[in-house]
Amino acid sequence: MAINQDIVGRIYPPAGTYTVGREKIREFAAAVKATSPLHFEVQAAQDAGYSDLIAPPTFAIILAQKADAALIQDPEAGIDFSRVVHADQRFTHHRPIVAGDELLTELHVDSVRVMGAGAMLTTREEITTLEGEAVATCISSLLVRAED
Amino acid sequence: MPNFADLEKGTEIGSRQIPVTRADLVAYAGASGDFNPIHWNERFATEVGLPGVIAHGMFTMGSAVQLVTDWVGDAGAIVDYQTRFSKPVPVLDADGAASPASGGNVISVAGKVGALDADARTARIDLTVTAPDTEGKDQKVLMKAQALVSFGKKPQVIKGSHHFR
Repeated sequence: MAINQDIVGRIYPPAGTYTVGREKIREFAAAVKATSPLHFEVQAAQDAGYSDLIAPPTFAIILAQKADAALIQDPEAGIDFSRVVHADQRFTHHRPIVAGDELLTELHVDSVRVMGAGAMLTTREEITTLEGEAVATCISSLLVRAED
Repeated sequence: MPNFADLEKGTEIGSRQIPVTRADLVAYAGASGDFNPIHWNERFATEVGLPGVIAHGMFTMGSAVQLVTDWVGDAGAIVDYQTRFSKPVPVLDADGAASPASGGNVISVAGKVGALDADARTARIDLTVTAPDTEGKDQKVLMKAQALVSFGKKPQVIKGSHHFR
């Protein structure tokens, strides 16, 4: 099945609240081989002026990919997950993600560009607090390869 | 934190090598929630036309930026970070050794100041990120890997998700 171009402009509302935990920040930081104490030691983060541990610059991918799953699993979108290749990624941080944050992710389908028999899908994930404060914007481009 | 006034376009921020093994990919899968089998299942990876298990692009992106984090001393100053994934990082199934010929792989990262904005007090750090392919030939695995570092006043996050005060 080919990707459905009518999904452009579609917005998928947040599926639920993501609560940022200290241990998740520590686990993610260790997994990307970060050693900065601001990801591991609460006192160090507070000494640097934050309320709690701060997340590494790519932590928001957890929320972005959770949101993308709603699109990829939407049968109307026609996306075969096994054919998806990550092409581009961008994070814009309006402020750092901090342990204790309760965040919502809204998924926007910004474009579908047909490339040969495949397509380049660009999604934007807007991450906010429950009160609507902008925290991060993620832009992901996924190459959906053509079927053989 | 480096002194903004001391920076010039072309200023080098250093370099490092990041070893990556299958165990690292399993840890990254768990930490990120990205369980795509191309990052841990050899049979699946080769069936979809890859040379074998490859690193998550987001592992490479996430570990490469640590050079910038350590240079600036505060990950919260990295206000924007982007890249294009140009080539896969093959991660062979062996442990200990550090070349794709004998297992694992090593990602090399180097950074320099690519642009400065005196008004915004930001420095764009351009990263060069390479790793050997299965033939041992160095490949640029990330393209246009750019981290924007703010040397201005940091946003105040007083209490988790609650309002600025």
